[in-house]
Amino acid sequence: MINRQVDVAVIGGGPAGLSAAISAKEHGANSVVILDRNSWPGGILPQCIHDGFGVEETGESMTGPEYATKYIEMAKQENVEIMIQTMVLQFDEKQNIIAVNKNGIHTIKAKAIVLAMGCREKTRWHAMIPGDRLSGIFTAGVAQSFINLYNIMPGKNVVILGSGDVGLIMARRLRFEGANVLGVVEILPYASGLPRNVVQCLKDYDIPLFFNHTVTSIAGRERLERVKIAQVDENMVPISETEQELKCDTLLLSLGLIPENELSKNANIEIDEITGGPVVDQNFETNLGGVFACGNCLQVYDTVDMLSLDAKRVGKNAAKYTDDQKQKENGIRLLSGEGVRYVVPQRINEYGKMQLTLRADKPKDVSTLYVLFGAKEILKKRLPWVNPAIMIKIDVDISSKVLESGQSLEVKIK
Amino acid sequence: MIEEKEITCIVCPIGCRILVRTDEKQIEKLDGNKCKQGIEYAINEALDPRRMLTTSVLVKDGEWPLVSVKSSQPVPKNKVFQVLKEIKMVKISAPIESGQKIINNVANTDINIVATRTVKKIMK
Ligand SMILES: Cc1cc2nc3c(=O)[nH]c(=O)nc-3n(C[C@H](O)[C@H](O)[C@H](O)COP(=O)(O)OP(=O)(O)OC[C@H]3O[C@@H](n4cnc5c(N)ncnc54)[C@H](O)[C@@H]3O)c2cc1C
Repeated sequence: MINRQVDVAVIGGGPAGLSAAISAKEHGANSVVILDRNSWPGGILPQCIHDGFGVEETGESMTGPEYATKYIEMAKQENVEIMIQTMVLQFDEKQNIIAVNKNGIHTIKAKAIVLAMGCREKTRWHAMIPGDRLSGIFTAGVAQSFINLYNIMPGKNVVILGSGDVGLIMARRLRFEGANVLGVVEILPYASGLPRNVVQCLKDYDIPLFFNHTVTSIAGRERLERVKIAQVDENMVPISETEQELKCDTLLLSLGLIPENELSKNANIEIDEITGGPVVDQNFETNLGGVFACGNCLQVYDTVDMLSLDAKRVGKNAAKYTDDQKQKENGIRLLSGEGVRYVVPQRINEYGKMQLTLRADKPKDVSTLYVLFGAKEILKKRLPWVNPAIMIKIDVDISSKVLESGQSLEVKIK
Repeated sequence: MIEEKEITCIVCPIGCRILVRTDEKQIEKLDGNKCKQGIEYAINEALDPRRMLTTSVLVKDGEWPLVSVKSSQPVPKNKVFQVLKEIKMVKISAPIESGQKIINNVANTDINIVATRTVKKIMK
């Protein structure tokens, strides 16, 4: 057993973990270590070879690998230690971490822990697609790693289920590599990915996007040979008369991402059922004091820019915690009301200015966002449009009176 | 020659369909935009649409079989597949540095193809 102590331990070395670690160092933490199970730092970024990363943050559009390199270099300059090929097995409320790598088992005692484990993709079982069990069905991100990292083409004739960004980007990538993309099938009446990707990945190459459609069956012998797709009614039930068959050897699933929180659950961290990530306060601290969460394991961000900016704040808060291990009150709840899918943070235990991030439940034109304390409007803001694919950020000022009332706040979009 | 094109604006999620009428290299008319932000985009899309191109190039003796690459500038949209075809014919030996030029003046566009990551050489 290899024992050691650090100020801040970061679990996961993607853009979130790197940003948090750099910022923790900048804000006075003496020793910061990143633990990542991959054989490279940078998380998912090396396989995201398209550009568009960093625009909001730096004004410059970088590819995923370039963005990762920039952060890895900064981490080295700040003397952040990065342990790759190191899998974290568990941690507890006393900030003890158990990890394993080829040198053996490591026990790490940290003053603060930052969770940055990223997320994983939903699979066929989340969409409950009936049909044969055969090869040729991949999640979009797995196909992306095959093509972009390992030079393996998953197939020739491809149907994509789900219009998330990863699926849209893969439609174009497959076209570039000579595959025939028969279409993207989306059960909702709108795309879940960014408008830019709908235009530049599908429209540019005349790839059809079937709205209000889903895959109703999968068939083939060993390899996928055909799928059936059909339109759905307002209750999302397929209309059998509209069923059509598409001959294909590959089905990619782009059904969305699920925050990776097995470790958090085992440590008794409270999880928000909607975001899939830990319930946090305005400092991104979980219900375990000294354990903070950031990146896609907290909530699935639209772009890496916002994610990195938030992760920097998390790093700063973790560094602060290392010399002031103050126990906090539970505080008050922030609830998602009408028109709102979720809000982060879910808890507030300090008064003052803070940022809320939230998502609408469906696309709408001109709307109004309210933060309500009982019947009183703490904040009212007109929004020219809302779209669930685009996260909403707002600043609010919470008074000590509101906090001391113990009453929940509610966020609404009408 | 007068031409009309419908451009889906990508500046915000409203996705206005902007109708642009052009006469050779002149804008005749612009219609359907709810705000001014997408005008420049729509004009460029109508007169000279371009796209950043990212793909990968085969690598010999590398820790990875591929190196990710990008175009040094946006490529005219109608040349995308020509550029891709030329990129596919190339195989480059490791080591490769991020930022290294892989192809000069690809498909006579005056645009270069540049590596976006480092690939180390593997010792055999
Ligand atoms: C296909 C795809 C395309 C995208 N395109 C864009 C885009 O165009 N623009 C944009 O801004 N964003 C894009 N994104 C989003 C962006 O890549 C992600 O938001 C970002 O990588 C998430 O960062 P992260 O650090 O939270 O997670 P990740 O990058 O996933 O990193 C998490 C890390 O944690 C490690 N880990 C997990 N559990 C453990 C454990 N128990 N022990 C040790 N290590 C562990 C993992 O190995 C991984 O390295 C895209 C994402 C995907 C998947």
